[in-house]
Amino acid sequence: MSDTEFEGIVESPWSGGASPFAVNSKKLGMWLFIVSDSLTFSALLISYAYVRLSTPDWPREFEFYPAIVKSSIMTLILLSSSLTMVFAVNAAQEGKVSKAVKYLLATMGFGLAFVLIHATEWYTLIVQEHVTPWSNPFGTPLFGGTFFGLTGLHMLHVTIGVMYLGIICWGFNKGKWNSDHVEVSGLYWHFVDLVWMFIFPMVYLLSIKPR
Amino acid sequence: MSAHGHAAAAVSHEVGNTKLFVWVWIWLLLLTGVEIFLGYEQIEVHLMITMLVGLSLIKSALIVSYFMHLRFERLGLFLLLVPAMVFCICMMLIMFFPDSIRLMHMRPQ
Repeated sequence: MSDTEFEGIVESPWSGGASPFAVNSKKLGMWLFIVSDSLTFSALLISYAYVRLSTPDWPREFEFYPAIVKSSIMTLILLSSSLTMVFAVNAAQEGKVSKAVKYLLATMGFGLAFVLIHATEWYTLIVQEHVTPWSNPFGTPLFGGTFFGLTGLHMLHVTIGVMYLGIICWGFNKGKWNSDHVEVSGLYWHFVDLVWMFIFPMVYLLSIKPR
Repeated sequence: MSAHGHAAAAVSHEVGNTKLFVWVWIWLLLLTGVEIFLGYEQIEVHLMITMLVGLSLIKSALIVSYFMHLRFERLGLFLLLVPAMVFCICMMLIMFFPDSIRLMHMRPQ
């Protein structure tokens, strides 16, 4: 968006201007939410790193299969979903509605696949290996608490993201909402991907079973 | 009208093209591969976590800059969002990390 659009309103964007950052209010709101959510995840990840580093007998129980293979595939899925989301935003901005909807559906499909694979992994851990947030057969209960806390909050974000994209996809297809909505939902989706880029190495790769 | 068309063309040029985004995606996958490789190396845990988080910071910078378009937004938006957040995260690190390292050195050798 260029400055010229606001020339009739104010002289400078900083003199009480309509849009000093040249983004719409939805986008600014989402960015501010993302900053606050980043700090939430930072606090959780930093406290996790603290207990991980200061616990000498931290359980290192993640086998190559299923845990590491599954979590690597989940990383690939989330990264790919970000790529399809970028394409969806580009298509929406070019006014190609059906193309944008297809890419949004692909993104949702990836998101759903992520949640399903994650669910099978949780199932294995809880039912077969008896790991809960309160206890586990490997050692310190912090292992289960931090694992389910971090991955659970992230999975909640992915689940909400899939629903959010579904609503945006429906509204954009109907002509109810414009490409700005698609772009803002994209910001949220990429953020969910970004958080996983920290959870995957810190939670999974630091608990790999030594060969 | 022509000026508007011009602006739209400039915007679509600015926010990057398919090839750029596919390259970013490939780099993200490569960095993930390096992280998985490191996960299987026998490295001391605090060095390991530093390397893994360092790589993840590079990945998140790529995601924020290109996928989230922050590189193509005004500098003002970047200054609004990033420095204060980084400051808060540094404060959390300062509060926590010296103690985790102290506890590590208290381990019986």
